[in-house]
Amino acid sequence: MSILVNKNTRVVVQGITGKEGSFHATQCKAYGTKMVAGVTPGKAGQEVEGIPVFNTVADAVKKTDCDTSLIFVPPPFCADAILEAADAGVKLIICITEGIPVNDMVKVKRALHGRDVRLIGPNCPGVITVDEAKIGIMPGFIHKRGVVGVVSRSGTLTYEAVHQLSTLGLGETTCVGIGGDPVNGTGFVDVLPLFEKDAETQAVVMIGEIGGDAEEKAAEYIKKYVKKPVISFIAGITAPPGRRMGHAGAIISGGKGTATEKMKALEAAGVRVVKNPAEIGHAVKAALGR
Amino acid sequence: MNVHEFQAKQLFAQFGVPVPRGKEITSPEAATAWASELNTPVFVVKAQIHAGGRGKAGGVKITKDKAAVAGLAKELIGKTLITHQTGPKGRKVHRLLLEEGANISKELYLSLLVDRDSGWPVFIASTEGGMEIEEVAEKTPEKIIKELIDPAVGFQGYNGRNVAFALGLNTIEPAVMNPFIQMMGNLYRMFMEKHAAMVEINPLIITKEKTIVALDGKVSFDDNALFKHADVQQMRDLSEEEPLEIEAGANNLNYVKLDGNIGCMVNGAGLAMATMDVIKLAGSEPANFLDVGGGATKETVAAGFRILLKDPNVKGIFINIFGGIVRCERIAHGVIEAAKEVKISVPLVVRLQGTNADEGRKLLAASGLKLEVANDLWEAAQKIVKLTGKAA
Repeated sequence: MSILVNKNTRVVVQGITGKEGSFHATQCKAYGTKMVAGVTPGKAGQEVEGIPVFNTVADAVKKTDCDTSLIFVPPPFCADAILEAADAGVKLIICITEGIPVNDMVKVKRALHGRDVRLIGPNCPGVITVDEAKIGIMPGFIHKRGVVGVVSRSGTLTYEAVHQLSTLGLGETTCVGIGGDPVNGTGFVDVLPLFEKDAETQAVVMIGEIGGDAEEKAAEYIKKYVKKPVISFIAGITAPPGRRMGHAGAIISGGKGTATEKMKALEAAGVRVVKNPAEIGHAVKAALGR
Repeated sequence: MNVHEFQAKQLFAQFGVPVPRGKEITSPEAATAWASELNTPVFVVKAQIHAGGRGKAGGVKITKDKAAVAGLAKELIGKTLITHQTGPKGRKVHRLLLEEGANISKELYLSLLVDRDSGWPVFIASTEGGMEIEEVAEKTPEKIIKELIDPAVGFQGYNGRNVAFALGLNTIEPAVMNPFIQMMGNLYRMFMEKHAAMVEINPLIITKEKTIVALDGKVSFDDNALFKHADVQQMRDLSEEEPLEIEAGANNLNYVKLDGNIGCMVNGAGLAMATMDVIKLAGSEPANFLDVGGGATKETVAAGFRILLKDPNVKGIFINIFGGIVRCERIAHGVIEAAKEVKISVPLVVRLQGTNADEGRKLLAASGLKLEVANDLWEAAQKIVKLTGKAA
C-alpha cells in the first residue's frame, strides 16, 4: 500500500516541452512512472521521449485517461495551468513551480475548494511512492521501499531525511512534498490521515519550518487522531524574525511562526521532535524499536 | 518588498483611502518650500526608514511653527535612528515625509493580509490604535477583530459592517461608519490589484472633524508578483537594503545576512535553514542563510564565495550540498574552479551527499585545495566549528 500515487497512476506533464518539463518527464518515466501525456499549447503532435504532447489538458484526458498532472509551467501562467487541469477532470495536481504570486494562489485555492481534486504544492518537489511512481523532481535512487511515510515543506531537506531512512534500512512508503509557499493546496493535516490509514506505513516523518501555523495545526490533529509514531524536525530555530528564508512561506511575522513554538506544540502532542537534522533517521529507528 | 510610508500613502490616495496632505522631502530647503504650500496649523516631520518604532526613537517631530520645519528637517536628514526593528546599528535617514497634522479624536488599528490557514485575505482591526498589535493580541486578545474576505466575490458591505460594529463605530462616531466601510473596500481592492503582502494602518484615526484618516501606513508587496507591477518595482529603495543581499539577488542567490561567524552555502531553502541550525547545535553561529538553488553551477558557487568573503565576520565556510538532480561531481568542479578565482583565506568544509557524492569528494580531495571533506551533516558541522572556534 501507499498514499496518493502508485504504479497505476497515469500522469500528464503540463509544460512538458520546456527545459525543466522535458528533463523531469524523462526522469520520471525512467523511474517507471506511467507518463502518458504532455501538454504545451500549440505543440500537439510532438513527442517528448515517446510521450505524446497535446494542446490542452482536456485533450490529454480524453485521449490518454490521465488522472494526475505534474506542472512545470512558469509562475505567471501557473494559476491558469492548475485551473485548466482541475476543469479537465484530473484528480491530483502536483505543482512544482516556484514563485507563483500569493494572490493567484488565493484565487486558485478558493476555486478548487469543495471539488473532487487535490492540489499538492506549489513550490514543492512532488510525490514519490517508492518503486512505483516518482511524480516530481526528487532523485529517485536515494529512496528505498520501506515503512516510513514522509511529509515535508522542504525539498533538499527531505532528501536528507530520506537518505538517512534508506541508509538505516528503514525505507519509505510515500514521500510528499507539500511545498514552501504560504498558501498551498495540501497541508500536513491533509496528509497525516492518509498515512495513518495506510497499512504499510509504520511511522511518519514530518519536516516543518518557520512561518505560519501548519505545524501547530498538525500537532492538534496528531494529538487527537494519529496513533502511529510521528518524528519531526522543524528548520529555522536560528532564523531571525521578519526575514524570508528562501521559501516565500518561511518567515516569522509578528512574533508568530517560530521554530520553538512549533516544537513545543508538537512535543505536547506526543511527537518526537529532533533538534539535530542529522538524527532524524536514528529517531525513527528508536521510535520503531529497531 | 517593503516601501516607505510616503509611498504607501501615495498608493492609499490613489485607491481612495484618505491620508493627510504630505510630500517626500530630502532637503531643508524643500521642507521650507513645501511647508509654505501646505499652510497648516501643525506640521509633522517623519523620518522615512523601513522600520517601525520611529516615534520612540525620535524620528517624528511636530511643530506649529512654519519657520522651524527646515531646522527639524536638517536635524533628521542624515541622522541614524535606532529602533526595536533596526538592530543596534540603526538606519540612516535619507528622506522625510512632511505632512499636515491631524486633530485626533480616536485611534484605531486596521491591517490586511492573507490568512495562511484558510488561504483567504483577512482584515485585522482593533480599537487599540497606536499600539503594537502583537502586544494587543497577547494582552487583550478579545480586542482583536478578524474578518475573512471570500476571494471568490471579494469585499462585501457586510464585511465592512461586521468590522465597523465590532469596533463600536456606531457609538464612537456614527458619521464615519460609511466612510470607514468604503475605505475598507478600497483597501481590499488595492491589496488584490497591487499584490500586496501586507497593509497596515496604525493608527487609523477618527478626526475631531468626523473623518477617517490613515495617519500612518505600512505596505509590503509579494516579491513573486513584482513582475506584474512596474510602478511598484520603482518604489524599491536600495539604500534600505543590505548591500550583500542586493549583490546576491543580482546573482540569483537567496541570501540573508546574520551575525555569526560561519558562512554557509547550501542548495535548497529548508536544508539551508537546517544547516544554520546544526552550526548552532555544534556550538557556533551562522553568518548567513544562502540558498544557491537547485541548479548550482561554477558561476553561482563563485558568486556565493565572493559574497560570503565580503562579510568581515566570516571566519570559516561550510558548503553543504545534497545532490539530487544537481550532480555532486559538478558541484565539486564548481568549488575547485571558484576557489581558484576567489582567494579563500578561511577554513573550508565541504559536505557532499547524494548523486555522485563519492566522485565529488574524490575530486575535492585530489584538488590540492586546503579544505576538509565530509560525508555526514553532523560530522561536517563539528569540523567547521572546530576549525573556527566556538562562538564567544
